[in-house]
Amino acid sequence: MKIKLEHLTKRFPNRTKNKPDVIAVNDFNIEIPDGKLVGLLGPSGCGKSTALNLISGLETPSEGKIFFDDDDVTDIPPELRGVGLVFQSYALYPHLTVLQNITFPLENLKGNKKLSKEQMRSKAEEAAKLVQIDGLLERKPSELSGGQQQRVAIARALVKRPRVLLLDEPLSNLDARLRLHTREEIRRIQRETGITTVFVTHDQEEAMSISDVIVVMKDGVIQQVDKPQTVYDDPTNLFVAKFLGTPAINVFVGSVKKGRLFIGDDDVLPINGVDDRKVYVGVRPEGFIPDDNGGLKCKLRGVEVMGRDTSIISHHYAFEGESIRAIVSSEDAPDRDSGDIRFSLKPGKVYIFDKETEERIYPASGK
Amino acid sequence: MKKNSFKAWLYLLPAIIFLGVFMLYPLIDVFVYSFEEGYNSASQTYFGTGTYNYEYVLHDPYFMQALRNTFILVIITVPLSTGFALLISLALNSIKKLRMAFQTIYFLPYVTNTLAVGLVFMILFKKTAYSDGLVNILINMFGGESVDFIDGPYWAKMFVLCFYTIWIVLPFKVLILTSALASVSDTYYKAARIDGTSRWRMFTKITLPMISPMIFYLVITGFIGAFKAYSDSVALFGTDLNAAGMNTIVGYIYDMLYGDSGGYPSYASAAAIILFVIVLTITVINLMISKKKVHY
Amino acid sequence: MKVRKHILTVLIYILLSVWAIMVIFPFYWMLLTSVKSYGSYNSEYVPEFFTLAPTFENFAEAFTAVNLAQYFLNTFIFTVITTAVMLIVIVPAAFAFSRLDFRGKNIVFTLFLALMMIPNELVIITNFQTITDMGLRNTFSGLILPSVTSVFYIYLLKENFEQIPDELYKAAKVDGTSDMKYLLKVMIPICKPTIITIVILKVIECWNSYVWPRLITDDEAYFLVSNGIQEIRENGFGRENIPAMMAAVVVISLPLIVLFIIFRKKIMEGVSRGGTKG
Repeated sequence: MKIKLEHLTKRFPNRTKNKPDVIAVNDFNIEIPDGKLVGLLGPSGCGKSTALNLISGLETPSEGKIFFDDDDVTDIPPELRGVGLVFQSYALYPHLTVLQNITFPLENLKGNKKLSKEQMRSKAEEAAKLVQIDGLLERKPSELSGGQQQRVAIARALVKRPRVLLLDEPLSNLDARLRLHTREEIRRIQRETGITTVFVTHDQEEAMSISDVIVVMKDGVIQQVDKPQTVYDDPTNLFVAKFLGTPAINVFVGSVKKGRLFIGDDDVLPINGVDDRKVYVGVRPEGFIPDDNGGLKCKLRGVEVMGRDTSIISHHYAFEGESIRAIVSSEDAPDRDSGDIRFSLKPGKVYIFDKETEERIYPASGK
Repeated sequence: MKKNSFKAWLYLLPAIIFLGVFMLYPLIDVFVYSFEEGYNSASQTYFGTGTYNYEYVLHDPYFMQALRNTFILVIITVPLSTGFALLISLALNSIKKLRMAFQTIYFLPYVTNTLAVGLVFMILFKKTAYSDGLVNILINMFGGESVDFIDGPYWAKMFVLCFYTIWIVLPFKVLILTSALASVSDTYYKAARIDGTSRWRMFTKITLPMISPMIFYLVITGFIGAFKAYSDSVALFGTDLNAAGMNTIVGYIYDMLYGDSGGYPSYASAAAIILFVIVLTITVINLMISKKKVHY
Repeated sequence: MKVRKHILTVLIYILLSVWAIMVIFPFYWMLLTSVKSYGSYNSEYVPEFFTLAPTFENFAEAFTAVNLAQYFLNTFIFTVITTAVMLIVIVPAAFAFSRLDFRGKNIVFTLFLALMMIPNELVIITNFQTITDMGLRNTFSGLILPSVTSVFYIYLLKENFEQIPDELYKAAKVDGTSDMKYLLKVMIPICKPTIITIVILKVIECWNSYVWPRLITDDEAYFLVSNGIQEIRENGFGRENIPAMMAAVVVISLPLIVLFIIFRKKIMEGVSRGGTKG
């Protein structure tokens, strides 16, 4: 099932009177290919859950259209769209057993789709097996761990064989270890069923690790749609660059003058093809090389040893933020933790963004 | 959206019908009644409008007696029951053993039929030809004279009424205050004990302010409840309260409406509105005081 | 210091015990009197605190000399129907307020809340007239109809319904669950504890109601227990058969006391919650 969103927009009336409407989703145009796992990524309040609700049909768009394959489903109610939805809080019915929870959606089927009790049970068992909770069918949700509840929620969403599976922050309520495990599970289930899946998250690492495609959102506007690695290597603007990667990218205020890139007054790199102007300079943590002849002169604040790698914490007056974090291999680390330190920069890890538009201007877009 | 609206009204319809017919309409109607002079419930006619009903009620000695009885009842039972409930709740809160048992016992009067248990009280207090009644025998044991609490002097009857009223209202107040006390976090007391605060100071400076909203709530609802006293009086003294001299305002309203002296809905309405105005005034005063006194 | 503390503890237990006796004593006395024979009761100038020859003749008397069974049955019918109709009225209303969006919701809800402040005494006069005009005096409809509504319970239930997470509703919607099915299959089962509390409170209210039944019934065939008791006191048994009277009182009080013993926790919890929010 291919999902296509065309000029999709959702406005909410502002809670404070006489203020303009809040635009939660602003002119979305994307095509989600069949059988893919798509991560909708953005900070909280960026409209990603609204986008999901629009796809599910729980909310109706203010403008625009939604297509499942070639069917226009914009005005079709949720139950007829064939979507499965999994919530952050799982939304299991607390008074029903696991089995009853999973069969609940099947009981709503009417007419010639109506199933017998045995059919329902076998479908539910099949779904339970898929998510590996077939031993827990008679329990109540309160007797399950968070991870198990999550699996029940997924089984409930899958039991109707939905055309589209939607997951709203499915991992946020799990502890760190379970989260790793469950995201692999989601990936596995998605691969096994081949159902087109959209999942919403604010955790870039989560999105990077399991998505086929990432959609990065900010303030209701799509910033970038690409494969995870591409989004990381080739961010379209400062927001995307900042949002992806741990530790985060280091952003400096700088300028381009006559083919040279300056951070503050430090001449750091030669730059071709960029007019003279004020810019933001983003340097990935792995883009720093400690070098006594390097152009970037920083104040060393400390060194964090992490085994294979070492973080160098330093500061520069043109830096936007608290402290610069550079990751170098341990043998290159300085043997002191104060004083001045100089870096040269790896050109491939340096991004330049226009100071006004925050769009990336270097390296020039590969496409 | 429009369809949804229609459905919502459908869900609300039964409630709206019931409330409309049996609350909203009567509410408006009672004011109308109270100004219609000489209303005849048989022919449903009246011959004028004005304040005559109010004047009649306010000049009716039975009403004045009911008013006096109600006020005495309110003034005695509200402070006494609240104070006593506080005392019991504090005592309950300071013990561990048997606490649940005591709480359960104290709550019993709440679930009993006021009329039925009132009969037991009547027997305990009543002086008959056969026996002076248990209470009088106790009084005699301490060297006192027997009194007929049910058909005797006014103060004796008022005493029984107040006693029974307190007995009836106490469960609710104890329950509310016990849970209010239990919800005061232990950390306050621990902090205070470390500072060497005395028990009395802990009570006046921590406990009382923390539960003051609940106390005021009980005082307000206590006033409202006591002003509406009626069935306790009936339970003790029978339905002919005017003859017993123990009528209350609510009793007066019902007597005007129905029974041997009934058939005057206009007078009843006027009395009901007078009661409402009194209760409203007292509640507003209470709320004003509590705004000043309640600490948070 | 320690001695003082011990004395205080003892005093506290004494205070609590004294009041406990005050509460229990009337119940004990009615039970005791109800099993004393008519003769022995009247021969005791100083009543005995214990009887070695309990008799059940008073109970037989209570059920034969007056229509106690009839009062009992009436109250039972009245309580069951009133409570059932109340549920049919308040559950959908609470559902509409908590779950559905419609124009005028806030205004209607505020109006409902305002009605909560109206004392019964104000509206009972017109209700008396209305029921009389409808010719419903001495009928169950007349008894039940004005006793059904309870804004407060709508409010209580609405609050409880609202605590059910939105996600559950959305999940049900995506699966094609109708509002009615969602209400019946999800909301009501989840809020069962609150609904049970409301039912218990209403049952207590119905069982003890006196004023309205007294106004609207003068035919003994429709008396509820409260009116029955009053009737017994004034006309039944001859005024002096106190043991039989007490037997009737025991019979009338028993159902609620049994209910209380079974649902003690729920009732106390419900009353304190109802109390603090009302």
